[in-house]
Amino acid sequence: MSSVAHRRPLSLAIMSTAFVLLWLVLAAFPYIWTVWGSFKVEADFFSRETWQNALFGVKTVQQTGVPFTGGGYYGAWVESQFWRSVINTAIVALCVTTISLTLGTLGGYALSRTVHRYKFWILIVALVFRAMPDITLVSGYLLPFFQLNIWGYLPTTIIVLVALNQPFTLWMLYSFFVNIPKELDESALVDGCSRFQAFRLAVMPVMWPGVITTGLFSFLLGYNDFAVTSMLLTQENQTMIPKISSFLFKIQSEGHVMYAVAAVVSATAPLFILIMFFQRQLVAGLTAGAVKG
Amino acid sequence: MPHRTFLAFILPSILAMLLFIATPIVSFAVQSLYIEHDKILVVSETCQPLGGCVKETRVDSEATAKLRHDHPLGKFNGFGIYQDHNHLAFADIGNIFAGNFGFYETVARIYDLPFYRALVFTLTYALTVTPLAMCLGFVIALAVNAVPKLLKGPVIFFSLLPMVVTPLIGSLVVYWMINADGILGAALQHITHNPNLSLKASPTMTWITLICYGVWINAPFSFIVFYSGLQTVPSDTMESAMIDGASRLQRVRFVVLPTLMPLAVFVTLVQLMDNFRVLEPIIGFNAAANATSLSYSIYTALNNQSAQMFSSAAATSVLTITGVIILLTPVLIKTAREFGFRT
Repeated sequence: MSSVAHRRPLSLAIMSTAFVLLWLVLAAFPYIWTVWGSFKVEADFFSRETWQNALFGVKTVQQTGVPFTGGGYYGAWVESQFWRSVINTAIVALCVTTISLTLGTLGGYALSRTVHRYKFWILIVALVFRAMPDITLVSGYLLPFFQLNIWGYLPTTIIVLVALNQPFTLWMLYSFFVNIPKELDESALVDGCSRFQAFRLAVMPVMWPGVITTGLFSFLLGYNDFAVTSMLLTQENQTMIPKISSFLFKIQSEGHVMYAVAAVVSATAPLFILIMFFQRQLVAGLTAGAVKG
Repeated sequence: MPHRTFLAFILPSILAMLLFIATPIVSFAVQSLYIEHDKILVVSETCQPLGGCVKETRVDSEATAKLRHDHPLGKFNGFGIYQDHNHLAFADIGNIFAGNFGFYETVARIYDLPFYRALVFTLTYALTVTPLAMCLGFVIALAVNAVPKLLKGPVIFFSLLPMVVTPLIGSLVVYWMINADGILGAALQHITHNPNLSLKASPTMTWITLICYGVWINAPFSFIVFYSGLQTVPSDTMESAMIDGASRLQRVRFVVLPTLMPLAVFVTLVQLMDNFRVLEPIIGFNAAANATSLSYSIYTALNNQSAQMFSSAAATSVLTITGVIILLTPVLIKTAREFGFRT
């Protein structure tokens, strides 16, 4: 791409670079600022006098003696028992991802290899299901779940999230499998494999880019969900996001804003790491599957 | 693939969707037709030898609890709850039109009804945020595509942040910054020399804040899909366009855009769906006084934890999914057609 024909005029290059820089500041600054501020005291992070207080931690030094304090983190993790929610979130997110992918790969593979008309209808119905706002479905869960006595438990929530995630997973994996040549598993069938063996031996080794991309989205759904987890879990089973929202009510009465700030940063950190490791795969997976569809 | 094998592969997935998406829809549709039982009242008469008789009405809580336990759905109410003040409010609308106010007054009064308030905001949000975020995402994708290879990784990483971070957390992070004591809020007050300026005070400001926030969190999704799409733009076509003397803009217009068109339909669909269910930003920004959405109405109704509210939430849910289906039908038909041609 470095040939003369592709070189851009200087003005365009400058404009484009400036735009990227502006966008990067917009995208990243709020998080960097909050991470920095989470190590200060409230009087600094929400400084009435000047924003420089938050930068240098003037009040933090006055109150604690050092410019950085872990007070917010101590309050959130130990006093408010945020660690419980962290464990719950880890369980929910991991289970949702694994189960979603298992069901989704089987279903998506079957859809990509069938020639019958019903595949069209299944995919369209899945699309309509994807459009249903989560909270409307939650209003349909509550009463039956109370009656069956399954409300409030982690497994219930996990299954619900898996189901809500299925339409998107099916579509992503379907469009990914369609681009894997049929001949691959058909030759395995000719060699005497059963359908499942063909899937396991011929298709599985080449499906990982698509599965990783879809898995990322499933993980984000399980990790980030608020509508379902806030309504379907008891206090002690709460995941991080509803826990943080219940912090908000506490703040108003007790004035522990920094607990919430620290909890927010703690909940964001794993996502940062996840994206850092997987952003290359995300683009590769999208390029190979969904965007070709 | 024979029917049997197909079924074996897809059954778990279909079962999950039927049980936890289709059944709840039926469940809340039924629920919306019922309403909480009235309390059972008993009238008892106590007569005193001289003072005559006093009739006393009290709630028979035991019987009420038993009735509620035996019939948890409540009593049949038909479409009653749809018509009341908190939902379609036919009576109120009738009164407003009968009152013959001017155009603005009529609109303002209808907007005061809770359901229409939520509907107006939800539609405005979904229909402004979706196109704006897609345009921004497309421009970012074009700009990032031109970034030197070495820097692409970090640039993409930071660009994805607003999307991957939980909507509630993202809105809190921004909310703390635009707070009057936060860095942006304070900066705005300083620039405008108005110490009372607050982004939360007026409905207009709240709406603009929420919509900007929506664009901010939705743009990265468009960006990453379009960026991945840009990698598949055929280089032959691009080169022949260059040989034919197409300018940079013309190349984008006639080569890149048509290649990305199917993706744009996909992104529109997903983003409309997501934006129609806007809930977290309203909670995070504490904006319910100036802007509520349909999802938020359901959320508050459910958080009330009394059976009356279950019916209300159910009715709003039915109205919401009706709205979703009306809004998405054109895009759905387009997708179905394109999809039908391919198979």
